Amino acid sequence: MSDVTANPTLVMGPVLYNWPVDTWADFLARVADEVDVDRVHVGEVVCSKREPFYADRLPEVIERLQRGGKSVVVDTLALVTVKRERQIVADLVGLEGVEIEINDLTPLATLEPGRRFAVSPLVNVYNEGTLGWLASRGAWSVCLPPELPLASVQALAREGARLGVETQVFAFGRLPLAISGRCYHARIHGLAKDSCRYVCAEDPDGLEVDTLDGEAFLSINGVQTMSQDCATVIDEVDALLAAGVTSFRLSPQTGDMGVVAAAFRDRLAGRIDGVEAAARLTAAGLKVPLGPSMMSRAWVPANAPGGA
Amino acid sequence: MNVAAALTRPELVCPAGTPAALRTAVEAGADAVYCGFRDETNARNFPGLNFSAQELGDSIRFAHDHGSKVLVAINTFPRAGGETLWHEAVAKAEGAGADAVILADLGLVAHAAVKHPKLRLHLSVQAAASNPDVIRFWAESFGIKRVVLPRVLSVPEIAAINAEIPCETEVFVFGGLCVMAEGRCSLSSHCTGKSPNMNGVCSPPSHVLYKEEGDDLVAKLGGFTIDRTPKGVAAPYPTLCKGRFTAGDYAGHVFEDPVSLDAAQLIPPLIDAGVTAFKIEGRQRSRAYTQAVVAAFRKAVDDHMAGRPIASDMTKRLAEGQTTTAGAYKKTWR
Repeated sequence: MSDVTANPTLVMGPVLYNWPVDTWADFLARVADEVDVDRVHVGEVVCSKREPFYADRLPEVIERLQRGGKSVVVDTLALVTVKRERQIVADLVGLEGVEIEINDLTPLATLEPGRRFAVSPLVNVYNEGTLGWLASRGAWSVCLPPELPLASVQALAREGARLGVETQVFAFGRLPLAISGRCYHARIHGLAKDSCRYVCAEDPDGLEVDTLDGEAFLSINGVQTMSQDCATVIDEVDALLAAGVTSFRLSPQTGDMGVVAAAFRDRLAGRIDGVEAAARLTAAGLKVPLGPSMMSRAWVPANAPGGA
Repeated sequence: MNVAAALTRPELVCPAGTPAALRTAVEAGADAVYCGFRDETNARNFPGLNFSAQELGDSIRFAHDHGSKVLVAINTFPRAGGETLWHEAVAKAEGAGADAVILADLGLVAHAAVKHPKLRLHLSVQAAASNPDVIRFWAESFGIKRVVLPRVLSVPEIAAINAEIPCETEVFVFGGLCVMAEGRCSLSSHCTGKSPNMNGVCSPPSHVLYKEEGDDLVAKLGGFTIDRTPKGVAAPYPTLCKGRFTAGDYAGHVFEDPVSLDAAQLIPPLIDAGVTAFKIEGRQRSRAYTQAVVAAFRKAVDDHMAGRPIASDMTKRLAEGQTTTAGAYKKTWR
């Protein structure tokens, strides 16, 4: 069980993009040695076609991270349909001595009762009933869906504290907004998912989708749709800590994730203020624009004064 | 067609946004009708739609008198701190005599399984249960009797699922088409602050604006331009995943064309794939639409069961000029 009174935990989420395997391994080696996070997630979440590239290198990467003093969690696939995908999930669940994070409920079919697991933001945890059921099944950490308003985060963090479950928020990165059976990268290249030629590898931060007026809108990452902004909760840190959030997830983007992690670490410890933290994020060499979290945004109906 | 399948009559599950539409659907030949309460507990939470507890009770009596079932959709994800509303909805549905409730949220399913052990539980498409392992998990943990399959599966995949699970499956055959795994999409939330999971709405009319710009009519959602059409051309409703955008060198429908689902011709292979029930989308549609679509699919199913071919033009005109697709049922869609 996590100690909810301790300092907040800083977590490096799984790489959600199709990075060349050497780039990916180098990134994680650097995280192991130089980046100040407590926990690191590995494993393919988005597309089962990418999974074989990483599978062979996973043991060495995990070992390297553990030598660097990080605890390691292996993520399962987000969308599991065909036999091969079910096998990938079952194989991960069957590994001894590996912490897993579930990205849908499929692993619960084979996970032994009593075995603990983490829950990703792609699993729908919206209320105390769901959180309580998952905790009773072995969940020890839950990263909440990014669309939850602060009031829900508060209520769930309170329940998490009561149950001894770590309450985590998606604190940095392009937001994972949707998952599909269809590959949009393949589609816009005139290909189908089954013959995709891995065109998603051309876009290490995903590919920007803009409106016909040229306004920044969304981004695509294979079968996943994401925000275009690299959303950060850096401005909500105090409110989230007050709400009882105990863990913050940084989702890897191209740029210096070490700078990002240090900015969050210092901000969470109160060593720097929000202005300084934001300035440091801006200087992290990111290739994508920073933006607000969903919980901090105000939407105005089209028919209201000042609306769209 | 195999003999066993020929003997199994599939259930036609039809939408009802209002008590009047429910009567219409029953009279047009629906084996079952699905509907929801007039609040945020159901995923078609639109103004002027849905049922009070009293209306539901009356409607269920009407349906039962005519040999039809009523399934009550309570398929949004309960709000933290506000779960009572959803718990009460399940109790009200059982009290009104519902034949089943259609649920999506893990916590709500667990609650219903314990507190309402006699109530038949269906798993909503919003739960996105997309493989035999996870369906077995739902069936074995909570006694789920039927799973509405997400619209990301091909017909052979559906057959493979049915060969391995201890419960029934229901699939969509007509109407609106989600391109994302249902219940796992917060695009609407991102653009408008209102989401299917939390509020029971997607691309809500309250955030839609049509605006003339030069020779164009611009359809906006939450301030974002979703589509642009020359004045005089019918502008599509700005459902955000059906809009036109740019990505790299591509300009057009990045996610999905403005098409709707029509799987009438796939009724035979879907029956062979072991599907128990066929679902028609559209609780927000008019009574006239409900009548026409239900009658057409009643005839399609009856024709097939009687060994007659399903007329190819039967459902085309119902799409109201929209292009139709068989969606993910055909693997090339991906």
